[in-house]
Amino acid sequence: MDLKEKLVSSFLAFENRVDVDAYVHDVRSEAIKVFEEKGFPSKKEEAWKYTSLNAILKEDYSVFPKQENTLDYKDIKPYFIHDIDSYKIIFIDGKYSSHLSQTTHDGLDVCLMSSALNKPKYQLVIKNYFNKIAEKDSLTSLNTAFSNEGAYIHIPKNKIVEKPIQILHFSTGNESATMLQPRNLIVVEENSHVQIIERHQSLTDNPVLTNSVTEIFTNKRAIVDYYKIQNDSKKASLIDNTFIKQRRESIASVHTFSFGGKLTRNNLNFYQEGERIDSTLKGITIIGDKQHVDHNTLVHHIEPNCESHQDYKGIFDDNSTGVFNGKVVVEKEAQKTNAFQANNNILISDKASINTKPQLEIFADDVKCSHGCTIGQLDESAMFYMRSRGIPEKEAKALLMFAFSNNVLESVKIPEIKQRITKIIAKKLGVNIGFDL
Amino acid sequence: MSKYTEDDLREELKTKEYEYGFYTDIESDTFPNGLNEDIVRAISKKKEEPQWMTDWRLEAFRVWQEMTEPEWANVKYKKPDFQAISYYSAPNSKPKYDSIDEVDPELLATFEKLGISLDEQKKLAGVAMDVVVDSVSVATTFKKTLGEKGIIFMSISEAIKEHPELVKKYLGTVVPQKDNFYAALNSAVFSDGSFCYIPKGVHCPMELSTYFRINQAGTGQFERTLVIADEGSYVSYLEGCTAPSRDENQLHAAVVELIALDDAEIKYSTVQNWYPGNAEGKGGVYNFVTKRGICEKNAKISWTQVETGSAVTWKYPSCILKGDNSVGEFYSIAVTNNYQQADTGTKMIHLGKNTKSTIISKGISAGKSQNSYRGLVQINSRADNARNFSQCDSLLMGNACGAHTFPYIEAKNKTAKIEHEATTSKIGEDQIFYCNQRGIDTEKAIALIVNGFSKDVLNKLPMEFAVEAQKLLEISLEGSVG
Repeated sequence: MDLKEKLVSSFLAFENRVDVDAYVHDVRSEAIKVFEEKGFPSKKEEAWKYTSLNAILKEDYSVFPKQENTLDYKDIKPYFIHDIDSYKIIFIDGKYSSHLSQTTHDGLDVCLMSSALNKPKYQLVIKNYFNKIAEKDSLTSLNTAFSNEGAYIHIPKNKIVEKPIQILHFSTGNESATMLQPRNLIVVEENSHVQIIERHQSLTDNPVLTNSVTEIFTNKRAIVDYYKIQNDSKKASLIDNTFIKQRRESIASVHTFSFGGKLTRNNLNFYQEGERIDSTLKGITIIGDKQHVDHNTLVHHIEPNCESHQDYKGIFDDNSTGVFNGKVVVEKEAQKTNAFQANNNILISDKASINTKPQLEIFADDVKCSHGCTIGQLDESAMFYMRSRGIPEKEAKALLMFAFSNNVLESVKIPEIKQRITKIIAKKLGVNIGFDL
Repeated sequence: MSKYTEDDLREELKTKEYEYGFYTDIESDTFPNGLNEDIVRAISKKKEEPQWMTDWRLEAFRVWQEMTEPEWANVKYKKPDFQAISYYSAPNSKPKYDSIDEVDPELLATFEKLGISLDEQKKLAGVAMDVVVDSVSVATTFKKTLGEKGIIFMSISEAIKEHPELVKKYLGTVVPQKDNFYAALNSAVFSDGSFCYIPKGVHCPMELSTYFRINQAGTGQFERTLVIADEGSYVSYLEGCTAPSRDENQLHAAVVELIALDDAEIKYSTVQNWYPGNAEGKGGVYNFVTKRGICEKNAKISWTQVETGSAVTWKYPSCILKGDNSVGEFYSIAVTNNYQQADTGTKMIHLGKNTKSTIISKGISAGKSQNSYRGLVQINSRADNARNFSQCDSLLMGNACGAHTFPYIEAKNKTAKIEHEATTSKIGEDQIFYCNQRGIDTEKAIALIVNGFSKDVLNKLPMEFAVEAQKLLEISLEGSVG
């Protein structure tokens, strides 16, 4: 039985197991139909031209965790930013772990999707926001059909959340192969400000496939900072679908750091519904082995006077492949739009490859839109300069690569994340230097 | 002229009708509508082709029947009914003429209207004209001069008869019969086109040029061009088109194959001005063209195009950089107005070492038109030190039109250096203000800016052709180009 059949046939059992509200039930039933009809995307689809899911779909994934697993704090401590005070929502094999988490209902809601879906006091928010901007493509629909657990974050008006919120998903590998489908809903009301860190981590070498969907609503003048740290084990694959709707004068930024995993696909979609909105999409990808990272971005400019900035840097070693598929759409009402898109790549090995497709679709005349894309090597004269000053080749290379990706790090607002990323990069490049020279 | 603004320009663009819309009534030898194996055989027979050619066409036709029309392009149009088209039409006044006096006077008048009278052309800078009116060559000049150098420049149907060994060796090697839907159709039914062979080490002394015109109601035009530059040779080939005003859509599905052997260089320039349809988007030519060249060692192919016409354009002149150190270039200006749709660009396939390619694409959209750049740069794993530079700029006039960029970049070699940049903008108020301030009126200012915007590409056209290109830009964007 292939994965699609398995998922479709287990849908009823899933529906019976969870308490369902009529509204959510309808949404789920509709979604499973969409998935049943479309199936998993194939390379024939334009959006999946360079990324094949075939290899990772072959595994015999268990779709529901059979038992609750527990972990000790010391096992997971290395995987979150522990030197700052933060809210934590921790899931182990898709189940919420209350003793490791730190949630709140005091002035803001940082809690669980499962309780938001079931408790009457959240019904209004769920009806207004749940599944409203998630696209109806096959993978998102699949997640919607099985949506049950994940993070639920609701920030009321005029609230600046003082500490970041960390969402962490661990898989214990107690089953031979696991499929996880977390579903997050984040609603930030007027003038509020929040910082969120998301990470998926597998603790063993058993295959894990995560198909995650996150919907983020930033209302008037709200500020959302979102960081995705992707440094999973070599057997874990992640399909991340993030949808962000922005109201006027809001600022949203998503930084994606992709270093690990077998196959990582980031579908990142921004919808600007209002004037004077600012969107930032940045990413650093440093991979090797047979890793595959695919960034698929969309920025939809619907109203005038908005900005978007995209900056993706990639360094590819060994047999790795990188994909960047960025799309900027400017509707004809969206005059005075400033949209920038940059994608710079370095290939280190002969067997690595990069496919990039930066697209512009523009219907308004008074706009400034540009995209740039480069593929190149490290500057030989810069290498020579450092070597002549006694810096070993490996370190010199690492320094150059770090400098290459530094643009993206500069806009990170949490210093601890910067330090953490710097350490990961140093480890990834096999050097023992701090980069904070 | 003091108050000429961009709005006036837009207004003028809207109302500007196709100037070259006229129709020459020449008694034509036209086949009944429809396409089947018998028609393919009949075309082949009519052209007095050898058996291998008939078989080649039939093979293509059989493949074509299995294929479906491509839908990935960013254009919307009513699909042509391939059974409602006549696949052969030839002017009746035969045989060929040795002197210009023998040519049908009506035909000469046609050229006069186009501003390309043969007399003038003969004098003009040594341009040899192989004039194609509805598929069959009716006049060839300068053949003798070329003959002395050993250059073969004739219609492809003559070449099939006179130089079968060359045609057989190269036809379909760059664009195979089953390459795509329209290439297969063309391979099955192509009526005529040009054939050019430059022998080893010969520098072709003049610009070779062919004018294509669609001239008979309801006939599709299926041109086939084959240019072979043997080792160390050089040729500059010009192709230009204008078509009469018509109401039903006409189909143009040409195939152009360029072969540049070791150290050879081919420069291929096109000015395309098929009838774009009227201001309501009615009528106009469908232009579905496959153009591709292959470069052997140290060879160079350069495509330059000025696309101003056609209701729908679907065209990607490409270079396969097979040999080491080979160079591919693509320079393009695409202007769309009213309801025109253009999806054009290039493919640069780097296979050899130290290969270089340059892409400069300028899109100008006005009215309710849609202008897309679609390109592919592919660096193969063996293509060490490959280098590409791409630049795609779009200029938008009004907010009813669209400009789109779809670049595909695939690199499989660590020594590849690829740069791609694209910008979209409008004519800046400040730019116009700057000109006004210095006593240049707005009309001239817009002309200057558009001219400057497309200069990179216009400069690449051969001098004689730049005149024609300028003329066509004037028609498409009258009032904006001086």
